[in-house]
Amino acid sequence: MNYAFRLFVTFSAGEIFELKAELNSDKKEKKKEAVKKVIASMTVGKDVSALFPDVVNCMQTDNLELKKLVYLYLMNYAKSQPDMAIMAVNTFVKDCEDPNPLIRALAVRTMGCIRVDKITEYLCEPLRKCLKDEDPYVRKTAAVCVAKLHDINAQLVEDQGFLDTLKDLISDSNPMVVANAVAALSEIAESHPNSNLLDLNPQSINKLLTALNECTEWGQIFILDCLANYTPRDDRESQSICERVTPRLSHANSAVVLSAVKVLMKFMEMLPKDLDYYGMLLKKLAPPLVTLLSAEPELQYVALRNINLIVQKRPEILKHEMKVFFVKYNDPIYVKLEKLDIMIRLASQANIAQVLAELKEYATEVDVDFVRKAVRAIGRCAIKVEQSAERCVSTLLDLIQTKVNYVVQEAIVVIKDIFRKYPNKYESVIATLCENLDSLDEPEARAAMIWIVGEYAERIDNADELLESFLEGFHDESTQVQLQLLTAIVKLFLKKPTETQELVQQVLSLATQDSDNPDLRDRGYIYWRLLSTDPVAAKEVVLAEKPLISEETDLIEPTLLDELICHIGTLASVYHKPPSAFVEGSRGVQHKRLPPRTGSNESVESPESTQPVVGQSADQPPAVIPSQGDLLGDLLNLDLGPPASTVSSGPTSTMQMGAMDLLGGGLDSLIGTSFGSPAVMPASLNAPVGGGLGDLFDLGSNVGIPCGSYVEPKTVSKYPAQCLLFSLRFSLLKYQPFISYLTISSSQVCCGICEE
Amino acid sequence: MINTMIHSLFLINSTADIFLEKHWKSVVSRSVCDYFFEAFSKASDPENVPPVIPTPHHYLISIFWEKTFFVAVIQNEVSPLFVIEFLHRVAETFQDYFGECSETSIKDNLVIVYELLEEMLDNGFPLATESNILKELIRPPTILRSVVNTITGSSNVGNMLPSGQLSSIPWRRAGVKYSNNEAYFDVIEEIDAIIDKSGSTVFAEIQGVIDACIKLTGMPDLTLSFMNPRLLDDVSFHPCVRFKRWESERVLSFIPPDGTFRLMSYHVSSQNLVAIPVYVKHNISFRESGASGRFDVTIGPKQTMGKTVEGIVVTVHLPKVVLNTDLTSTHGNYTFDPVTKILVWDIGKMNPQKLPNLKGTLSMQSGVPKPEENPSLNIQLRIQQLAISGLKVNRLDMYGEKYKPFKGVKYVTKAGKFQVRT
Repeated sequence: MNYAFRLFVTFSAGEIFELKAELNSDKKEKKKEAVKKVIASMTVGKDVSALFPDVVNCMQTDNLELKKLVYLYLMNYAKSQPDMAIMAVNTFVKDCEDPNPLIRALAVRTMGCIRVDKITEYLCEPLRKCLKDEDPYVRKTAAVCVAKLHDINAQLVEDQGFLDTLKDLISDSNPMVVANAVAALSEIAESHPNSNLLDLNPQSINKLLTALNECTEWGQIFILDCLANYTPRDDRESQSICERVTPRLSHANSAVVLSAVKVLMKFMEMLPKDLDYYGMLLKKLAPPLVTLLSAEPELQYVALRNINLIVQKRPEILKHEMKVFFVKYNDPIYVKLEKLDIMIRLASQANIAQVLAELKEYATEVDVDFVRKAVRAIGRCAIKVEQSAERCVSTLLDLIQTKVNYVVQEAIVVIKDIFRKYPNKYESVIATLCENLDSLDEPEARAAMIWIVGEYAERIDNADELLESFLEGFHDESTQVQLQLLTAIVKLFLKKPTETQELVQQVLSLATQDSDNPDLRDRGYIYWRLLSTDPVAAKEVVLAEKPLISEETDLIEPTLLDELICHIGTLASVYHKPPSAFVEGSRGVQHKRLPPRTGSNESVESPESTQPVVGQSADQPPAVIPSQGDLLGDLLNLDLGPPASTVSSGPTSTMQMGAMDLLGGGLDSLIGTSFGSPAVMPASLNAPVGGGLGDLFDLGSNVGIPCGSYVEPKTVSKYPAQCLLFSLRFSLLKYQPFISYLTISSSQVCCGICEE
Repeated sequence: MINTMIHSLFLINSTADIFLEKHWKSVVSRSVCDYFFEAFSKASDPENVPPVIPTPHHYLISIFWEKTFFVAVIQNEVSPLFVIEFLHRVAETFQDYFGECSETSIKDNLVIVYELLEEMLDNGFPLATESNILKELIRPPTILRSVVNTITGSSNVGNMLPSGQLSSIPWRRAGVKYSNNEAYFDVIEEIDAIIDKSGSTVFAEIQGVIDACIKLTGMPDLTLSFMNPRLLDDVSFHPCVRFKRWESERVLSFIPPDGTFRLMSYHVSSQNLVAIPVYVKHNISFRESGASGRFDVTIGPKQTMGKTVEGIVVTVHLPKVVLNTDLTSTHGNYTFDPVTKILVWDIGKMNPQKLPNLKGTLSMQSGVPKPEENPSLNIQLRIQQLAISGLKVNRLDMYGEKYKPFKGVKYVTKAGKFQVRT
């Protein structure tokens, strides 16, 4: 067989001529060898279409191998030579009548692969016969052929009544024919989302379940995927299907296992939770999922992405299996990162010590991406498992002591998040953090550090010096850092007004006058006006109590999660996006929903309920507070969630009075010198130039305060300043419940603008 | 959602050259692989190329098999596991047919490869993937056959309908005949473990498989029973195994495929059942100031059930700053590759009286901070005639045929992903 290799190297135009001669030779053997050579060069991507008529001439032969080879060639080139391809039709039609079922099947299979309209017309009659052939091998091949034909000419298939024949094949006595009919119908149904092609009823379900036990592994996948689209009438039917699908969990083919998991996860939704069977099913699901992790790394990756969804939906399934997700140092990086994610999802008070020990181990590995993610994971554990927070913080401090640059930076970013979750608890570590100030060169870490300094300015003696040192290179910093710096200095000023007037003036002028960035400028102006108009309000707003971040930040929004559970095993489950979001030409993809639980007493139980969040549909981003990364979000978050007493709502507390007194002198002088003078303000303002904060707020109120309704973020998309105002307004007026939605949407809009 | 699964398949070698393409629908341009090459060049190691890569119009799903990438081009929402499983099946089939699945063997057999691919997939639907059936359709190449074929002019394509494909036992071909009837089973267990610095077990589990080589005439119906089937609670079976009987009686009842196949795989994860056969004493340290480090590793037997541990190989991936090693070993040889920084110590059989030790100094790049990461030791070993989980085959019975087959069971335990952290 070495000729093939030689050919691969030395194929030339001269040889085409030679091949032509050989193809037309009288000797059978020579012909066959020539066709083989042609196929061989086709395989490596060479164009041998010039030999089309000569190869087709070899088609009429009794030799099965030669026939197969010619068919192979035809499938590849018929499209480019439609007129010549017609020459082959007669042979095809004749072969469909051949006494040998192998040849009948081969002919109908090949004809379906030739995507030439003229040939398709001749295909109908032979196909009709083959669909009713006495031999199941031919029937199952013909079933697939209907799907092929449908792809070429859908109308023709409908007119010829092939769809009905196909539906009849679901009741065929041979399980492989059933499986192929299901596969073909599913493919066709995808292009007719509203047709009732796969109109499953208990009888047909029963037939599918019977075929499931007997057909090949691939057929089992087709059938299971088809079953997953069925909605059982009640919990009893659901249970009986689950019982018959469960044995598939022990199949050697991981795709079968995952398809079975999909069916079970979906139908489980209908079972009452107090049912014994429900608990048993949960137990049965764990071992096959664990087994998937001992497969090849590619399979592991897909399995892990799916397990990530499963542990979010039903954490109880794998809660005792933490150890199988421990990372081995020679796992491919894509497996390592996924395992880490799942470890955090499974972390609980019971296993946190183990998890932390592992994460610390990972943080000393070689791969930078992995190390970073491990450090972040420690922070996420602290936020998720409150009891472990202290241990996490000390682990992070240990890691900071290693002085490995990227570890330190990553640790500082997560410590910021820990501060957000447990305010006023771990400030003792700030000193250690400050020691590493100089080594921070990544924007995210710098921004996090600046945030910490600003937030705890009153406890850091040299906070002003630290912030000032950042200010020197203000214009070289990234937007993220600039914004944080601005906010931090304003905070510092509000906390220590006497010593930091110059600093705040400097940063405000840098932000408003020297910067081209609209976000920065707008934020600068808002602070400026706030400070100049009503320092008490400024303090209320800027130093307001912030909402705590929580672990839910990383969870997939529940309606989306439910939809993804319906797509377990598919690309959607790998990307964690609904198919409609990325499948090209997805023709009217329907959003899949989990069936409602029928057992009435559970239906209201909140964590498992499938009810969508009010005002959110699956396409909208989850309404959670971004834990990091959203630069403007940070500011907005800072500004919302006021303490119970607000400026407009009653007598100011004594503490606030005191603060005002303190501020009084400093502010007066400030206002006197620069703030108050409108001449300093550039005339070319985007944001409305008004008399002061009051006006701005009026402007806000013109838009109306949405009482209980969801504000479409688009209405304010062009005006980041106004987004800010909305949230300010809301924060002042105690519209707490809406704030988180609004803030998120507007922060995303703003970020969009930054990127433009 | 099922759909036309694989549009096209490209085979790519580890120097990123496409050496075979096959299109089941229309021809997809080779340029689609550029996205794969981009991911390939970003990955530090071929093994780290992500298995699913999105491109503007397609998805590329790939596996890496013995230095060859099998890249499938997908256009619709499909089950990636389906595709990956199928690709593995293709690679296994090539291995089965050509003895190895390499670029050379594939190029030497282009036509058979093409015929096989055509039989295995029809318009995206898997057709015949069982090796028994494929071999009836397309005979594997042998030197003898190619000589015979040239003389007699016969071909290597079967002329018969693959009889097994439609019966209720699609995995077995009909009319099997042997003069010596034999049934062999290999119980192979691999220990996956992570041992921490102090020598305690962080995680350990056993991945077991039972591979069978069955050469029996006719339609034998076999029943394999175990002494201690309770051990097996997480199993997956070859489709031939009757699940109902396993559920009710805990025996494996099956009509086997002809030839070699994996009968079942299982997984023992409860920690107290997993014995760790060796312990490792290690002291690897890097000096803060000087440009050197110490390396001292000793291996000794732990829970070996009285058997000899052999085939021991220790692999260490040393930090980048290590330039060279100066070590002496009491047993076996060691090699150090200064480019990849991989130290391999091939010990062979363990003598419990005199424990193998490898000791010496590491020379390191001077003027750089000492490495933070601690190298992990990767250990391979083998113990013959022992299934470390304690699994034992009780008996094998045959029904449906009259002759007396020759039966045999072999046990072996190996280290799988066995790592010791230092």
